[in-house]
Order: sequence, then C-alpha cells, then structure tokens
Amino acid sequence: MSDKKKQVTRRQFLNYTLTGVGGFMAAGMLISPLRMAIDPVLQPSGDGDFANVGLSVDDITTEPQPVEWEVEQVDAWYKSDVTRKAFVFKNDQDEIVALSPKCTHLGCMVSWEGSESHPDQFYCPCHDGRFTKDGTNVEGTPPLEPLHVYEHKVENGMLFLGKAYPRGEA
Amino acid sequence: MLQKMYDWIDERIDITPIWRDIADHEVPEHVNPAHHFSAFVYCFGGLTFFVVVIQILSGMFLTMYYVPDIENAWKSVYYLQTQVAHGQIVRGMHHWGASVVIVMLLLHTLRVFFQGAYKKPRELNWMVGVLLFFVMLGLGFTGYLLPWDNKAYFATEVGLNIAGQVPLIGDWLITLLGGHPEIIGAQTLTRFFAIHVFFLPAALFALLAVHFILIRRQGISGPL
Repeated sequence: MSDKKKQVTRRQFLNYTLTGVGGFMAAGMLISPLRMAIDPVLQPSGDGDFANVGLSVDDITTEPQPVEWEVEQVDAWYKSDVTRKAFVFKNDQDEIVALSPKCTHLGCMVSWEGSESHPDQFYCPCHDGRFTKDGTNVEGTPPLEPLHVYEHKVENGMLFLGKAYPRGEA
Repeated sequence: MLQKMYDWIDERIDITPIWRDIADHEVPEHVNPAHHFSAFVYCFGGLTFFVVVIQILSGMFLTMYYVPDIENAWKSVYYLQTQVAHGQIVRGMHHWGASVVIVMLLLHTLRVFFQGAYKKPRELNWMVGVLLFFVMLGLGFTGYLLPWDNKAYFATEVGLNIAGQVPLIGDWLITLLGGHPEIIGAQTLTRFFAIHVFFLPAALFALLAVHFILIRRQGISGPL
C-alpha cells in the first residue's frame, strides 16, 4: 500500500530538516540586524513646527523677498541650528506666498532674478532651470514641477513658516 | 525552481565539484557526537567560528550607527541603544558574543591541548591557532574602547600602560597604539576603530583561511 504513495526518502527527510533548522538559525541571527538597518525607513515623517521668520506682514510686498530663519534640527544624536530660506511675496489675490528656494530639478538654490537675461523669474544656476513668480516651472527648462510652497500662518502681525510641500498638497 | 536555477548555472560553469570539495567530506566516527556523546568536545572549534560569524554580521550592522569620534561616539551608541528598534539586541549580540567567542576559543584550545592534537604533523596549525588567539584578544581590547564611556576609557588607560611595560620599545608602543604619548583621546579612538574593523578582521580572515585549509589537508587527528 505505502509503495504507491510518494515516499520521502531518508536523505530527503534529512535535507529538509537540516535546511529548516539552518534557515531558522540564520533567520534568528539576521532578523534583528535587518530590523535595525531599516529603522530609518520606518520612522514617521514629522510635521514641521511653525517658526517666526522675523518678517512683519506689513513689510511683505508683491516683489519676492528672501527671508532666512533658524530652526533646531535633530539629526539622530546630533542637534544643530540650520538656516532655512524662503521667498515671500503677496500674489495678485493679496495672499501671502512663501516659496522654497530649492530647485525641483536636482535641489540647487534658486534666486529671484538670478539671471540678467530672465527678469521676473526665479533662476537656478546649476542647469539654467527657471520658474515664474508664482513658482511655476518654465517649460523647456529642466525642472518638471513648480517650486514647493511653505505652509504659513500669521500671528501678531508676524509671519510664521512651517514645512514646504509640493504645490497643491499644502 | 531552485533546482532548475542551480542546474542552469551548473551546466555552464560546473560548480558542483567546487562546493563538493568544500562541504562534502566524511566525519570520522570518533568525532561524531551521535556515536560517542563525549565527542561534543570536537564542536568547540566550529562553535568558535559560528560566534565569529555572528560578530562579523552584528559588527557590520553596528557601524551603520556608530561614529568613532570623541564628541559623538558615546551619543551614537546611546542613540542606538535607546532610540533604534532592535539596536539594543544587535549591540547585545556583539557585546555578549565578544565574551562567548573567547570562552569557546579557550575550550577549543584546551581540547586540542589535552588530546595532544597539536603534535606532528599539526604543529603549524597550532601556531596559526595561537596567532588567531592573539588577534581575537586584540579585537576584544580595541572594541572595548569604542563605546567611549568611563569603563572603556580606563580599561584602555590600563591596557596601554601594560603595553608600556614592554622593555625598550614600551613608550614607542603606547604612541603607536594610542596615537599620542599621553592623551587617550581623538586619535586613540580613531586608531582603535580602524584596528578593530579593518586591520584585525583582515588578519583574522587570512589566518582562519589557513587554519581551515590546513585542517582539511591534514584531516582531524585520530581517536585517542
């Protein structure tokens, strides 16, 4: 009767057992190191706190002006103050807009009217990327999406900026 | 599936003889604990190697977080211990493994010694083994400083002073190992780190290779 069934040979049985036990041991050795290695990937991305950028709302014009402020950055065991930068202006609807100067091509810093041949535009010196005043990328230049927009709020007449998000998501 | 992949490769580059040569060899009856339980003493060499593998793996992963710098070393270890998931376990593996590997190594040495397995023609392998022992102690000594806490600092203070007792070249040895004649500091830490993760492991791999090639060439010593 048992001859007709598929028999597991002694050799196969030993192979399966040894592979199983070996795999279990290898997994036991590797699981913690791997979990530790991927820990940064699993960290939730924190929402940025709003910071006073030292600019009175009354001083915001229709011309983009650069503002710089410092935030405390916690990089694992290293805490430091880093400088953030934004271009702030009032758009046609009289709303405050704060654009991130980080070029959406490869992350260089753009500047307002940074190129003499392109007035009224943001210009990136790395690969000649350009953006119009509202942050829209100029077609035919390398960037493929508009400049990111800082979330902002006004308290006691002062401008507070938070984190920069891609336009439409903020 | 796996069998097919194996066959595909084997058909082209004939790998079967390679792994057969490494893995397929007879275990004599007198070293097989299934035949004589007392033969478990023959396991200590393999166990030493097993723990060495754990040390290498856990050590590789630890360097993802550790910095060998006097300002940040302790902080990075503290961060790893308290903030990183499973960081405590991985550092624990490395910490306890460092002790276990010395224990296993000593048991292995005792077995070889009391069985007289070091005698002709295996004297060379005994010498390689002694070198491996020194490399392992060096790994323990240099690794002890890396957390850069008080225990680490003063253990290194003592260790370097012992090295300073060597006749004639003592002072020179302290500077060579510690990077400075008096200060145990920035240069000591980077040196110990470099020795711990590059120089000694390199020596360890080379010596282990010789150790294993010799044991396969000469075979395990006969029964008592």
